[in-house]
Amino acid sequence: MSVSATSAFDASAPWQLSEQVSLRDEAFGALAYHHVNRRLVFLKSPELVAIVRGLSSFSSAHEAIDAHVDSSQHQRYVSALSSLFNSELLSGR
Amino acid sequence: MGADPTLRDRFEHGLAAPICLTWELTYACNLACSHCLSSSGRRDPLELSTSEAKALIDEIAAMQIFYINIGGGEPMIRRDFFELIEHAVNQKVGVKFSTNGTRIDAEAARRLAAIDYLDIQISIDGADAETSDRIRGVGSYDQARRAMDHLRDANFGEFKISVVMTRDSIEQLDEFEALASYYGAQLRLTRLRPSGRGVDVWESLHPTREQNRRLYQWLLERPQVLTGDSFFHLSALGDPLDGLNLCGAGRVVCLIDPVGEVYACPFVIHDEFRAGNVREAGFAHVWTQSPLFTSLREPGSPGACASCGSYDACRGGCMAAKFFTGLELSDPDPECVFGHGETALEARRVTLRPTPSPDHSKRVTLRLSAR
Repeated sequence: MSVSATSAFDASAPWQLSEQVSLRDEAFGALAYHHVNRRLVFLKSPELVAIVRGLSSFSSAHEAIDAHVDSSQHQRYVSALSSLFNSELLSGR
Repeated sequence: MGADPTLRDRFEHGLAAPICLTWELTYACNLACSHCLSSSGRRDPLELSTSEAKALIDEIAAMQIFYINIGGGEPMIRRDFFELIEHAVNQKVGVKFSTNGTRIDAEAARRLAAIDYLDIQISIDGADAETSDRIRGVGSYDQARRAMDHLRDANFGEFKISVVMTRDSIEQLDEFEALASYYGAQLRLTRLRPSGRGVDVWESLHPTREQNRRLYQWLLERPQVLTGDSFFHLSALGDPLDGLNLCGAGRVVCLIDPVGEVYACPFVIHDEFRAGNVREAGFAHVWTQSPLFTSLREPGSPGACASCGSYDACRGGCMAAKFFTGLELSDPDPECVFGHGETALEARRVTLRPTPSPDHSKRVTLRLSAR
């Protein structure tokens, strides 16, 4: 199943790393692997990894991002999460 | 995976664990394909026991290696085959295994279909029995097709059809595509390498330069066709093919053989590329500490390719293809798209090419007639 390009990521909603996904820390960030669609995705910064791991403790993606990076970087990380969402790595709570 | 240059640089320095770990479960095989990478045939009496194999799977799970590629020999010949793959998938270590299909009857297909996180590659070497059997032996194509039928009937889902590109099979690309589509399968094409017994057939069977150009164009138009990053040497022709486009040996890829030896990649089963044995200090130790892997992760020198404007695209090609054709690792790939490899082959100093270290080919019995 693929997610159509029009389905949008809502950063004000609560998210978590999908249960079908494993994360492995690497020097550049992390590798994520979706066990069902077998997609391998690269998380290219340690900050993004921290945000993704922390998603489930916040009531929205916005809050999870603000806990790890300053506001000037906020939009960049919304885009990064949105692309992870399109790769089916994130699921709603 | 797109070709992100900064990410590629990171990969050249190695990862905490491989992305693509191949584990040849056994050297035993009921076929004797002429291009076999691992010179398989006879079981090695020292092959890892069931408990050693399970301990290795536990270590793979602890290292968070997401999936393993199981091959052989014919992996389904091992009596503990199902026990081992179930041990892996139960720990969320996905399994993709390569098989000649001879052991997939209706019952095995149903059992395989019931396992999650499992992927199957059935190998053929032609789109018809005549072409395929020339490499794999008489009857092998029909047996592989029967296995595909059983998987379809058992609703296994999308399996893979895996084909090595030879001078003959490369002329049947559209037929392979049609066959994959008939089964709802994914097509996977890989490069013929002069490794294992392949060293004996490479010269007569490797694609011509013109065929490689056609293959490149065909693949560019079909990003859905899998290649295991096999053809990155062809990326020098223009736009990069899908994949990392680098030699992953010891960096993102490695091979564990049936007796626990760790080699830099599935195509270099030879002492020069042996990094250690999992029986000694475990796989993680070999992956992180082996001097061979450390040296492979250092920035490579472009060698003879330094003056070529395409070095960034192909990175000098495949280490195994150079080594087993008697070239230096600093030489161009023997199938360099600009023909530099052919020049290097003509100039090569060694006339005796290296042969694979462990040879498990079946012994040929010579019959001497008594008078």
